[in-house]
Amino acid sequence: MPGKLKAKIVAGRHLPVMDRASDLTDAFVEVKFGNTTFKTDVFPKSLNPQWNSEWFKFEVDDEDLQDEPLQITVLDHDTYSANDAIGKVYIDIDPLLCSEAATRICGWFPIYDTIHGIRGEINVLVKVDLFNDLNSFRQSSCGVKFFCTTSIPRCYRAALVHGFVEELVVNEDPEYQWIDRIRTPRASNEARQRLISLMSGELQRKIGLKVLEMGGNAVVGYLQCFDLEGESGLVVRAIGTACTLDKLTPGTAPNTNTHSNTAPASNACNSPSKDSKESPLAHGCRSTHNSPVRSACSSQRLSHSQNFSVSVPTLVFTGMGSGGSAGKEAGPLKTLLRQHTQSALEQREFPFFTLTCFPPGFLVHVGGVVSARSVKLLDRIHNPDEPETRDAWWEEIRQEIKSHAKALGCHAVVGYSESTSICEEVCILSASGTAAMLNPRFMREGCLDAGGSDHRLSRQPPLNVVGSERIEGDASSAWFGFEDASPPSCGFCHIPYDEFNMPFPAQLTYCYRCRRQKVPDVLFTTIDLPAEAAVTGKGCLIQARLCRTKKKAQGEVNATAISNLLPFMEYELHTQLMNKLKLRSMNALFGLRIQISVGENMLLGLASATGVYLSALPAPGGIQVAGKTPSDLNYDQHIATMQKRINDTITKNKELYNIHPPESTEELVGSPIPDRQRSRLFRSTSESSDELLELDLSHGKKDAFVLEIDDTDAVEDIQSLLTDAPMPAGFYSCNTEVMPGIYNWTSGLQMFTSVRVYRLSNANLTNQGLNKIFTELCENLLKSLYFKLRSMIPCCLCHVNFTVAVPEEELIQVAVTAVAMSFDKDTQQAADKALNKGSGENEDQLQFSMELCADSTPSNNQPTSKPSGVSESALVPSSSRDRCSTWLELLRLKAHTIRRGSVKTSRRTQSLAHSVSSAERCSPLPEGRSRSLRSTRSMPCGAPVAVVKMTPLSFLPGTRIVKYLGIINMFFIRETTSLREEGGVSGFLHCFIAEVFAMVRAHVAALGGNAVVSYSMKECVFMENPNKNQAQCLINVSGDAVIFVRESEQEATPPLMSSGQISSTGADGTT
Amino acid sequence: MSMVLDVFVGNTTIMDMDIYQLWLDGLTVREAVKARMDQGALLECEANAEVLMSDTMDQFRTFQLCERLLHSPTKLANQLLFQIPSQHQRMLIEKYYEFDSVFAREVLGKKLSKGTKKDLDDISSKTGITLKSCRRQFDNFKRVFKVVEDLKGPLVENIQHHFLLTDTQARDYAAIVFFANSRFETGKRKLQYLSFQDFAYCASQLIQYWTTGAVGELHLYSMVEDMDVDLEKEFLHELKDLKVLVNDKNMLDQHKVLVCAALRGKIKVYRLMEANFKNLSRALINLASKLTHTKDVRDLFIDLVEKVIEPCRCDRWTLGEVTLFLTQYTNAAHGLGTFSRQVVWDRYMGVIRSCILRMYHE
Repeated sequence: MPGKLKAKIVAGRHLPVMDRASDLTDAFVEVKFGNTTFKTDVFPKSLNPQWNSEWFKFEVDDEDLQDEPLQITVLDHDTYSANDAIGKVYIDIDPLLCSEAATRICGWFPIYDTIHGIRGEINVLVKVDLFNDLNSFRQSSCGVKFFCTTSIPRCYRAALVHGFVEELVVNEDPEYQWIDRIRTPRASNEARQRLISLMSGELQRKIGLKVLEMGGNAVVGYLQCFDLEGESGLVVRAIGTACTLDKLTPGTAPNTNTHSNTAPASNACNSPSKDSKESPLAHGCRSTHNSPVRSACSSQRLSHSQNFSVSVPTLVFTGMGSGGSAGKEAGPLKTLLRQHTQSALEQREFPFFTLTCFPPGFLVHVGGVVSARSVKLLDRIHNPDEPETRDAWWEEIRQEIKSHAKALGCHAVVGYSESTSICEEVCILSASGTAAMLNPRFMREGCLDAGGSDHRLSRQPPLNVVGSERIEGDASSAWFGFEDASPPSCGFCHIPYDEFNMPFPAQLTYCYRCRRQKVPDVLFTTIDLPAEAAVTGKGCLIQARLCRTKKKAQGEVNATAISNLLPFMEYELHTQLMNKLKLRSMNALFGLRIQISVGENMLLGLASATGVYLSALPAPGGIQVAGKTPSDLNYDQHIATMQKRINDTITKNKELYNIHPPESTEELVGSPIPDRQRSRLFRSTSESSDELLELDLSHGKKDAFVLEIDDTDAVEDIQSLLTDAPMPAGFYSCNTEVMPGIYNWTSGLQMFTSVRVYRLSNANLTNQGLNKIFTELCENLLKSLYFKLRSMIPCCLCHVNFTVAVPEEELIQVAVTAVAMSFDKDTQQAADKALNKGSGENEDQLQFSMELCADSTPSNNQPTSKPSGVSESALVPSSSRDRCSTWLELLRLKAHTIRRGSVKTSRRTQSLAHSVSSAERCSPLPEGRSRSLRSTRSMPCGAPVAVVKMTPLSFLPGTRIVKYLGIINMFFIRETTSLREEGGVSGFLHCFIAEVFAMVRAHVAALGGNAVVSYSMKECVFMENPNKNQAQCLINVSGDAVIFVRESEQEATPPLMSSGQISSTGADGTT
Repeated sequence: MSMVLDVFVGNTTIMDMDIYQLWLDGLTVREAVKARMDQGALLECEANAEVLMSDTMDQFRTFQLCERLLHSPTKLANQLLFQIPSQHQRMLIEKYYEFDSVFAREVLGKKLSKGTKKDLDDISSKTGITLKSCRRQFDNFKRVFKVVEDLKGPLVENIQHHFLLTDTQARDYAAIVFFANSRFETGKRKLQYLSFQDFAYCASQLIQYWTTGAVGELHLYSMVEDMDVDLEKEFLHELKDLKVLVNDKNMLDQHKVLVCAALRGKIKVYRLMEANFKNLSRALINLASKLTHTKDVRDLFIDLVEKVIEPCRCDRWTLGEVTLFLTQYTNAAHGLGTFSRQVVWDRYMGVIRSCILRMYHE
């Protein structure tokens, strides 16, 4: 009996009137945990009862403590009839089970009823006494910390990153049980809420066990989802990254901190051991993402034949064989590297990481986005109550992802996530992530640094740490050579795959920062922008939207139809993203999230990402419009105007996003050989030639991205390109954690959720018509958001998360959760100025460092392998999977003949080192200023109810998180039978969302916290029946409850761990 | 394509005070959108009509959801549903309880009952204030009245405490409660020229000097029920003793002599004053002696107008002259050796003088 749970009911307030005669209430409370129930006395005739109960004590297993919520029911005593329930409070006591989280739960909770909403509040006090558990066969996993945050939480450092954990539990959905026919909606809703609460508790416990097994103590990037499968059940599944986290004590930080500003330049090449061993280009080059679809598609029938499955990976090549060839070509160190990597990672079934933001040095190279989708039929599951079938489904998809990553020469997938879309019996399972090469040191003993994300706030470039190198010994010394060959600001851009075995045409150039390794022309990822990345200008939210009609069908026919549509949708979305990226003159996407939602008669696709201009990558070329019939004068004019509009937009966007890559060097080192083919040839034979010359040649060509408007799709593309309204002045937006180019955040913060549902009035819409509607819908929603938040200007919408759904035929639901953060315009301008002044100085510094690098690796500037003339046709993959069916051929045909022929990607010459963005990162002055400004602005709120901030980001600007109190994971159902009286559907949902926020805030406040970070609304299922005056809505939210302090309040203690060195010394101490 | 549902919920509830005003004014969403367009909202942030419509609807819905809380403003601070910064809370309450003096003037002294509420559409069409806004204002009056009606302690403080209003607002509400409680006649045609502020001033005088709570040793029985709402019975009885000033002919003459002596050469209307002195004095004293009857209390203001203010105005007294006269009239009574009710006299005349002066529009 390892735990004693104690609860005390103190008081109630604002209770509803339950007795019409007296206008008062005779309230009492039932406290239930597991099968034990206690009751308070009745407090007669009051709307503000003071129960002041004794301590109710529950003696329970810690297994139950993890699974069960504490259930508090407030009732109105009635002498003659049954007592009426006023409402309930479910309290998840998990945070109390971990010594480092909250110590007690104490505060006012809204009393919630699924029919009436919040009805008053109740003051509760909960404590847990845990005894030492001596049972080695335990089923509980108390003490394992959970974080929704997808980076190493701020007051911890990652000693070890163990890897992927997943779990899935299934149960019968109470809504579909026979008993539901005779019970009240309230009873049914409560059964569901309780069940999901139990299931998530169980799931968390099971994942915790896995973590303990792996030797970890925490799960970071914990992502839990519900699948309401209907008849076949209710699935709760979760994925996460198991880690061993060490808590940082504030004392360890200060002294090492001072180093950080001066160090990075020298650090880029501070390892002398590498020069002779490592050839920077040895680890092969294979481009991915710029080929629209390189998909392997399986349309296989499982042996038990009830499953229909098709998976469609996006953006990714699936052919095999890269590993072997690369190994052969590579030098000895390369082989060593692979071996290490394999030993570290491949012993794991899935080398996946749900993290999107990493400690410096963790991420070595990024390959590109990998994704897989699979269409399943839910009514064909043999044992719906058992998790096996679903486990197998996900297993299949994960395998696919793994093989995609391998094909990209990567051994790991980061920024990994999974999702589903269900419509009747059809379910689309999706998984996506970013193929990457990781530094395996994190997977073994000791490591570099904790808060990778801290760097982002403190804007200090990361360091490679000498300290841990020493501890690591000889095994890892080789790693340093490898790692340090890539300067931190661009290393992750360098291609991890084999240049000469590329599956599709991609244009590689030498990195624009270090000039030593190859980079692709465009980079798509699902992760956040690494803190150390050098970015030119600002970023921007880029969305691709797509709607495809589908015939109504049943069963396998339906599944086939859907799976046939999927690759086309992926392709279209990808093309749209690419076009929009070019229109904004950017070359990389971060935080890419493609959602495909299935309805009865249509499929919706929405891709969101944050576009940036990575300084390491070549400048994107323009977009050129071409017509096929140039004879017609009007037509020519039409094309000319379009071209002009596009060019104007690009120019405007460059101005808007402040993208001014230095182009002056173009003339200096301008290519004498304009012809692209020749340049290629030249390069291929130029092994011995001067590096600089070769570099110039490689980007001397200027190809345009051509859109042929004879192609009806292209007309549509252009239309959609140009209909995207620009953001109003003073606004920026992104779907990643922060916006590059903006640092001086004020404390002004507004998290919001907006939901819209549209009814398509015309049933016979074409794809184009639908697309237009869908695009308008998203654009209008954004416009409304901007207008609504205009008082916060200048501000940036961060972590903009769109979810689309097709709740019913002809209904489209769009939900957005984001945070608007205002920044200081004055200090921003000052920062920009300081930047311009300081850039020259910084440039010198950088160039100096690069010279150092060049000196130290004189022989490694040329590719070691012999490049052959690479033509586009040669890049078409020879090995495609045997499962490829005819529609894929068709798709490829489309991709190549229609598009590939007319779409070319161009580049522009860029200067050698433009250090604008790195300088931006290094300038501490404006930040300091804005901080002091912030401190004067932040005023304590005098309201009796403590203010709880909520944000989808992992941090709050101008503050420091001092404690994580535990995970918030709540599920609510609200139903009404008086929809009109509650203000219609909008009134109903508005109130419900406000109630959900209120309950989250109350729980956080009761834990002693003052903010929720990494908040997300996972699910918002809305159903209505206006004819019956009814509506129902389910909402699932999650986040991390934290305590933060304003930075101004803790000026005495210097800011923590802003450099890698700090925690490395910490590591020294511990090991 | 039509929008079925459109909501925006912020962790901190966003409230636009300009739209709040439109909502309080009782405009429909459509009217509010038009009003905002006229104010130039479209120029802001590249808005269009649709955006404006959506924003207005959303704001109106937010206000509707908050309205319940505004009915008991103290709840607003410790409710959990909406996270509203405290300065916004203050503003919300203040604006919600703001009222149009024109409207308040109409309801002043009326019973705050359902019957009166039914007449609101008349008031609405008369004043040009939307019916919705009239209803809100009326309900506010009624709500405040109901809450403070049975409370002990000073009226203004009670209102402030329970409704978190500003000082001025609380005083105005006190006046409304006071008038509604005593049902003073304010609707007669002859009283139409008086504004709400005139009456509010009179009410504050009455509350300050004539009610139970006004008695000097306030702290002793500061917790008497209705101490600020009802006029002190004892005092009203004692007023009967003032009759001696007009019934005793000697005293009346002496009073006149003293007043005339003090005013000779100082006012232009001296002759008229001299001629009218007895009538004026009689009117003032009779008024005092009748106040034991509820009916006569209600008619206090109409009596003051008919019997004192109108005669003076007919004779074209200036406000200065009235002031001088009333001052001397009050002071002279102290010089009457046989007059023993000095304290009651001062308490009576102090208020009457202030009221008359306020009500005397030249």
